[in-house]
This record gives sequence, C-alpha cells and structure tokens, in this order.
Amino acid sequence: MAKGIVIYPDKCTGCRTCELTCSFTKNDIFNPKDSAIAVLPYDEVGLQVPMTCLQCEDPHCMTVCTVNAITKNEKTGVVTVDDEKCIGCKMCVSACPFGNMTYSSRLKKVLKCDLCKGIPQCVKECPTDALQFKDLDGPLHKRKNIGDLFSDVFGEVSK
Amino acid sequence: MKGWTGKLIRVNLTEKTIKIEDTNMDDAKLYMGGRGLGSKYLYDEIDPTIDPLSSENKLIYMTGPLTGTYATCAGRFNIVTKAPLTGTIGASNSGGNFGPEMKFAGYDGIIFEGKSEKPVYLHINNDTIELKDASHLWGKDVSETTDTLLLENEEDAKVSCIGPGGEKQVLFATIMNDKDRAAGRSGLGAVMGSKNLKAVVIKGTNGIDVNDKFKFMDATKDAKDKILANGVTGIGGGLPSYGTQVLVNILNEMHSLPTHNWRTSRFEDGDKISGEFLADNYLIRNKSCFACPIGCGRVIKIPDGKYKGIVAGPEYEAGWAYGASCGVNDMNAIDKANHVCNLLGIDPITMGATIACAMELYDIGVLSKEEIGGEMKFGNADSILEWTEKTGNREGFGDLLALGSYRLAEKYGHPELSMSVKKQEMPAYDGRAIQGMGLEYATSNRGGCHVRGYVVSPEVLGIPHKTDPLETEGKAGLLKLFQDLTALVDSSDICLFSTFAIGLPEIASMLRASTGLELSDEEFLLVGERIWNLEKLFNLEAGLTKEDDTLPPRLLNEPVTTGPAKGKVAELDIMLEEYYELRGWDQDSIPTDEKLDELSLANKALA
Repeated sequence: MAKGIVIYPDKCTGCRTCELTCSFTKNDIFNPKDSAIAVLPYDEVGLQVPMTCLQCEDPHCMTVCTVNAITKNEKTGVVTVDDEKCIGCKMCVSACPFGNMTYSSRLKKVLKCDLCKGIPQCVKECPTDALQFKDLDGPLHKRKNIGDLFSDVFGEVSK
Repeated sequence: MKGWTGKLIRVNLTEKTIKIEDTNMDDAKLYMGGRGLGSKYLYDEIDPTIDPLSSENKLIYMTGPLTGTYATCAGRFNIVTKAPLTGTIGASNSGGNFGPEMKFAGYDGIIFEGKSEKPVYLHINNDTIELKDASHLWGKDVSETTDTLLLENEEDAKVSCIGPGGEKQVLFATIMNDKDRAAGRSGLGAVMGSKNLKAVVIKGTNGIDVNDKFKFMDATKDAKDKILANGVTGIGGGLPSYGTQVLVNILNEMHSLPTHNWRTSRFEDGDKISGEFLADNYLIRNKSCFACPIGCGRVIKIPDGKYKGIVAGPEYEAGWAYGASCGVNDMNAIDKANHVCNLLGIDPITMGATIACAMELYDIGVLSKEEIGGEMKFGNADSILEWTEKTGNREGFGDLLALGSYRLAEKYGHPELSMSVKKQEMPAYDGRAIQGMGLEYATSNRGGCHVRGYVVSPEVLGIPHKTDPLETEGKAGLLKLFQDLTALVDSSDICLFSTFAIGLPEIASMLRASTGLELSDEEFLLVGERIWNLEKLFNLEAGLTKEDDTLPPRLLNEPVTTGPAKGKVAELDIMLEEYYELRGWDQDSIPTDEKLDELSLANKALA
C-alpha cells in the first residue's frame, strides 16, 4: 500500500523546520529556497500550510517531460526526477497544478520531494506532528476535516 | 569563516549611498554577532554623548552566526542604536523571519547612517540594493505598510518597518518585523523615524553553510530534543500551551504581579488576564518564529469592534502592563490595545506602564479630566485603548504620554511615581518579592528590563535550580552569570526562551560547529562578559553614573503589604556592592583596568 506525507495545517506553527531539514538533507545547505517543501502563510486566517509533492497518480510533470526524466514507481507510488536525464527546461515546474515543483537557479536542477527513500526527514523532524507519513488509503474523513478547517477560517474572514 | 556571511551593507541616508563591505571578522570572533557585534560597531562609530534622534546616531541591524541555520530558535536578529527613551545603548532583538532572510540575502548586517531628506525604504534582493521613495507609505500603519510593500516588491520578501509611532518619534516606538514580531524596547523605532526610514524589504535566495555539518546537526538535534522534552518549552509545556502569559497566575500566586502602578503586588482578577483564560477564549493556534520548536506565539481572534479579526496575542509583560498595572480585567480590551501597539509600532510594556502612571497621577488629583481631556481611572478598559491610539498618533494628551512615564511624572512634580529605571519602565515582576529581579532592573544596560538577566528562571521557576526569591545572598553572582550568558545568546543569535531547556554547553557546541571557532565553554561565556562590559563603557561615556543603577523609591522604601514577601523592600545596596565586586568594577561602577585587560577591552573615555 502506498504511503505519503499527510499535512495537518491546524498543527503547523510555521517554524519552517521542514524546509531547513529538506534543504540540508538533499542539498547540504540551510536554504529554504532549495527545499522541496515550503510552508505557506495565510496570516489573515492565522494558518500555516506546509506544501510538498503529492505524488500524483497521473503526474502532469511526468507527462510534459520531453526527455522522460520523470518516472513513477509502480510499487511505492513515488515520482522521481533523474537529474542526469533532466535538461532543465522547467516544463514540469509550469505543469504542476500545485506549484510543488520548483527550479533552483543555484543548484541548476528541479527540486521535488522523493520521500527520502521511504523515511521522509521533514516528517521525522517536524516538532508538532503537522507532517505525518501514512497509508494513503486511510479514512477520507481526515481529509474532509482539513477541508472543513479551510472553509471555516476562510468563510470567517469573508463574513 | 562559516556561520557568518562576511558582508555588511552600509547605507548613508544623507548621501544616498550604498556600500557593501567586509564584516570585521576580528570583532566577530570577540563579539559573535547580533547584540554584541552590533554594539561594537556602534561603540566604535558614534560618540555616545550624541542626541539619539540626531542624524549622528546610527541604526544597526545585525544577525548572529546561528541566525537562519537549523540551530534551535535561530530566527533572531538584533537592532542596535543609542536609545532615545533611556539615553543608554539600546539593543532590541526580534524573532520572526526577517533575520534569517538577511543571511539568505548574503549579509550579516545593515548599518544606517545619517538622515534622509524624504521618507525612503531600503529594498534588497540578494545583490540588488536600492533606496526607494516611501512618501506614499508615511502615515500608514504596520499592517498596511507591510502589505503594500509586499505588493510592490517580491510577494515572499520579508518586511521590517515602523508605524506612525516611529514616524512621530514616540520615545518607545518599536520596529516591527513580519507585522507582529517586535524589536520592542528602548524606542528604536523613533530613531528609524528620525532618519525618515520607513522600512527595510529583503529577499534572499542563498544558503547558509556551517563549518562542520555533522557536528552541527548532532549539536542542534541534542538541543532540540532537550527543548521538546522540557516542561516549560516542550510538547504540552507551559509556553506552547499558554504562551508567555502562563506566568500570570504563577506570579500572582506569589504576590509578585505589580498592580495599580505597583501600589500592590497581587491582582484580584489575575485569572481573567491569564494565559489559561486567553487559551480558553481567544486562542486560534500557536505560531513559531523561524526554526523554533516551541511556538509560544499566540494567534488570537478579536471577536468584535473595529479591530475585529485574527491577530497576534499579547505577551505576558504586555498583558500585565495593560492588565494588572492599569487594574484592567478585560482580556478583550487588552488584546485590542496590544494589537493597536503592533499596528502603530509602539512598545506595549512602556505604553501600559505609562498609562498606569498617569492613572495614579489622576487618582491623587495631580492630573484632572480637564487637563487631559478624558478619563484616566484605574480599571477603565476603554481608557487603555483610547490612550494607546492617541499616544501612537500623538494626539492631545497622548503627545505627552509619548515621552514615557518618567518624563510625564517629572513634568507634574512626581518622578517617584514613574516605575522605571534609567527612564525605561520595569516589566511584570516585583523586585521586592523577587530580589534578584530588583538587582537586574537596577543594573540592566538598557534600563528597566527583564530579559538581560532573566533570574525569574531560578527564583520562580526553579530552572536550572530553585533559589529563594526573598534572599539577597548569592544573587549578585547568579545575576552576573545570567547577564553574561544572555549576552552570548543574544549575539549568537538564538531565542532566550531556548535557555529554559539548554545552557552554555549546548550553545557553545552549536557555535563551535557552526563557526569553527575552537573556544572552550568558558571562553564563550567570556564573550558574553565582554559584551556586557562594552555596553557599560558606552553608558558611562554617554554620561550615566552609579546613581543611575537604582530603583524607584517605591521598591526601595515601601514594603510589600501581602503574601510571602510581606514587609520586604528591594535590598538593593547590599546586592549592588557585591555585584560591582564580582563584575570587577569599582564602587562607582567603573570597570577596572585589570577587568578590561582580561576582556581585551579599552576604556576610551577614561584613558
């Protein structure tokens, strides 16, 4: 059964430990801009939302890649980029509907979550359990709860 | 060397010039960064006797070698200048995300000199640095200024700015970062306003490297584990659960919560202004600064009125200043007044304490309704909001409140009713019931202040071990250690709150791995002592004397009337004598040559 990173925005305090952990683990430097995860602040509703690759079933990034550098592992569901094959055209960055694929002009490569070979370091270091690594076939009501949270807080503001 | 970026930006606002220069690494090794290195630059570059609001003053933003790294609570930076409220050296630190962004843009610090003719702001995007017109922002509050600047520049940039309080040079104006994180005390915002500098907008995309990655990760993970396992800072602990206001009930129980401008030490309605009450009625969720596993920041909901919305909640000292000190038991009003301080860019501690002082002057008949053009009664919730708005905008009697409680009380012939040291208002811990805090207030290099040597930790919370708060013995040595360690923490630059769980060994380990400096723990502590002595030299040269190391007469002469400290006054003289001895200062509070030699310092004024 495929596992993935599940986010709990109601638990996130916006400390950005995940960003630092990712950039250090993957790119050997402390730089949130070279991280495959980013915490997006929605200050008007007092919410912080960590965003990273959702490992789509039918990844647009993979579809648009002209050199077949992006593949999806049938068994684990993880979508990975082969840096050797990648030519840096950034089509995948444009294609991702969630903005979860970024290009680093410093590292000259695209940054994308690969779930750290099954032990995501951001999840491990998150101090508030706002990131969890879970079976994705879990109960839908969890996701519905998060949906409700969003509509609650945004609804509140629009009133 | 790693840890530092090795570059500074120097902006001359008079000449409109921008230069990039190398960070003085010899000084960085002796003073680290943040408060220490910023103070060294200020001490070397300005005459300490100048008028703080003149163009000769400088405003220095400075990060430390841990800022922006994975080190625990490493989201901080300092702003250093000569402070207008106190006339002392003024360093104030802030969390949020601005400090790390300075490092990501490639700079250890920014030094502002001179004075711009017209309102300007500084925009930095890595190597692109320019002064831009800020005429359209002048008069706008902190929230609107920040939103406008993010629209005009990069939407993910970080903004540090002043509000109307700083523009109008309220003597306790703040510099606000990410809207609601403040470099809060001593009136740095007034200096920024005097320079016609509205804001700094910064975006950086570079990384920060450390000297020894493996050792650094080991050291930071050790520190983080200790913070997460600690009863104050850890999961389910006091700070994450209730924020800093967790202290209200604790201090009130021990009759150490100054009430009605320090007339009494216990507030009848303490529970109504407590962290528990805030959590039950207003808290939405917690908010962290950069790289902080604690998350003491409060995101709260103001349910009604013109400030309705989701905003930052008050800290303990701000809640106390408007609450117990003014005798106000209405948390909703306190939340609003605190939010107005964030919008106008003024320090809620000094603001609340100044209103409390005015309330006492009103109570004894020195101030009249006609004189001030309104009400000023203890316990009146509407008053705290009204006078905060008027002070930030310098309207009517608020124009006088904008000078702080000392200048107010002095004008009306009662300076003794200003609960301040070196003209800065003391915060929420009674120095008679907690003797160590009395000594801290009297000796703090930036006037009445709790975070230069937070001995509340041992005296009240029992961290790292419990001391008897009514005893004077041993307090001088305890305070010296706390002051020196705090100077190191503020210069590293990590959050003081991490030290509830970690101490010198953990901080030194992170610094060694980050910078490669092979200093022993004791040598790192000596850095803190060096900074303390440098600040003292600045103050002496600015004209302060031993006479300024004192407390308001109320603490020295009027005993506490209730609770465990009943009958006690602050026994300052006995502690102060020992303190000067332990500091290696003479009894006029002047550092001896031997002490300065030991710290590689020279006394310019007395040479």
